[in-house]
Amino acid sequence: MPQVLIIDYGVGNLLSLKVALEKTGLTAKITPPTKQLKQADAIALPGVGNFTAAAKALEPVKEALVDTVKGGTPLLGICLGLQLFFQDSEEGPGEGLAFFKGNDMRIKGDVKVPHMGWNSLSMVKKTELFDGVADGSYVYFVHSLYPEPADKQVVCTQTEYSVTFTSAVADKNIYGTQFHPEKSGDVGLRILQNFAKIVAR
Amino acid sequence: MPLAKRIIPCLDVTGGCVVKGINFLNLKNAGDPVELAKRYSDAGADELVFLDITASSDNRETLRDIVEGVARAINIPFTVGGGIRSPADARLILCSGADKVSVNTAAVQNPELITKLADLFGQQCVVVAIDAKRNRKVDKDKVTVQTAEGPVWFEVYTYGGRKPTGIDALQWATRAMELGAGEFLLTSMDCDGTENGFDLELTRALSERVNVPVIASGGAGKPEHFLEAFTKGKADAALAASVFHYNKYPVSVIKDYLRKQGVTIRP
Repeated sequence: MPQVLIIDYGVGNLLSLKVALEKTGLTAKITPPTKQLKQADAIALPGVGNFTAAAKALEPVKEALVDTVKGGTPLLGICLGLQLFFQDSEEGPGEGLAFFKGNDMRIKGDVKVPHMGWNSLSMVKKTELFDGVADGSYVYFVHSLYPEPADKQVVCTQTEYSVTFTSAVADKNIYGTQFHPEKSGDVGLRILQNFAKIVAR
Repeated sequence: MPLAKRIIPCLDVTGGCVVKGINFLNLKNAGDPVELAKRYSDAGADELVFLDITASSDNRETLRDIVEGVARAINIPFTVGGGIRSPADARLILCSGADKVSVNTAAVQNPELITKLADLFGQQCVVVAIDAKRNRKVDKDKVTVQTAEGPVWFEVYTYGGRKPTGIDALQWATRAMELGAGEFLLTSMDCDGTENGFDLELTRALSERVNVPVIASGGAGKPEHFLEAFTKGKADAALAASVFHYNKYPVSVIKDYLRKQGVTIRP
C-alpha cells in the first residue's frame, strides 16, 4: 500500500488525519520533520500549530522537502499546512516553503475569529481532488488566517467569511485545503479518497 | 452562504458510559460513548462534546481509550472536557484524537491555564465552559441583565455546578477571551435538564459581549428551542443531550426544521 508521511511540526491532534487517510487505503505514518523522504509515496503537512513554529521546525529539512515535492511526490497541505505553501504569514515571522508566491493574511472585519465551523465551497477550477464533490458542499474550518496566492490560476475553491478567500489550491502534484477534510464528514472523506487515487497512480 | 449554525450533541461520560442527569443530578445510563458518537455523526451532528463528569485522575486511562475510540469512529470535530487541570492533561486528550479541550473549574481557579493552553495548542483548541446561574440579588459590581423576571446577574458555578463562586459570568468571559479562549460553552444551570428552552437572555448577553463563538447549552427540549438560541440568543452553536439520547428529536429532524425556518445549516 502506498505510504503517506504526515509531518509533525506541532503539538496536537494528528490521529484524526492518520485514521482518515488510512480509511482511503493509504498507510499513514506520523514523523517529525525528516530528510528521509524517499520512502514516501506522498507527504501530508497537517493543520495543527503556528506558522512561525512550523517554519522553524521545517527549516532543517526544507531543501529536501521542496526537492522531493518538485520531483513529483504528491503533497497535501491542510490548514496551516496549506499556509506553509506560501512565502510568509501575518501570523508571525518565518519563511514558508514558497511553492507559490503570496502570503497568509489575518481574517479581518466584523466577524468572529477564529472562523470555526461548517462553511461552503464555491468551485472555481476543476481538479481531481474535488471529483464528485458538489459545488456548495459544506466542510469544516478552524482558522484565523487564509492564503492569498499571487497567481489566481492555482485557486480551486473559494469560501466567504468576511472576505471571499481561497479555500483550496491545486497545481500539478501540490494540493492544499484551508479546511480540514479529515473532519469534514463524507465530503472530506471523498476528497481524501481522491488524493489517495492521485497517490496510487 | 454564511457559516452554518452548529448542532452539537453532548455526551456526559462516567466510568466509560454516557449518562445524563436532570439539573446535574439523578444520573441514568444512556449508552456506550463510541457507539453513540458514531450514531450522532451518521445522523448529521456537526460536532460532539464529551464531558467526563467524574473527572478523577484514576480514570484518565479510561477516558483516553474512549477519546481514541471516538477519533477512530467519526470524522467530525469533537471536544473533550472534565478534569483538565494542566497542559499535560490537555496534551493527553488532544494527542488521543480530540480537536479541542474544554476547561471550567481549573480555569476559574487558575486563569493563566487558558493562556498556557492557547500558546501551546492554539486558541482554537481552547473551549472555556461556563456554568452560570441567575442571581437576583442586584450587585453594582456585577453586570446586571434586564430579564423578563426582572434584573439579575449571572453567577459562575464550578465543580460541575456544585459550588457558587461569586464571579460574574459575563465579566469572567471577557477576561477568559483576553487570556486566549477560542470558544465558550455556556450552560444555564437554571434551564439545564428542564427541556423548557435555553436561557436566551444569558446566551444573548454573552454572544454580544465576546467575539469568539458561543455554544448555548442547557434546556433544549424541542426544535423551536434551537431556533430561538440562534435568532434571539445569537448563539453560534447549540448543544443538547437528553433530547438526542432518548431519540425524542433526532438531529436530522431538528436540522430539517431549522433549514425550513431559514437558518443556514449543513445538510
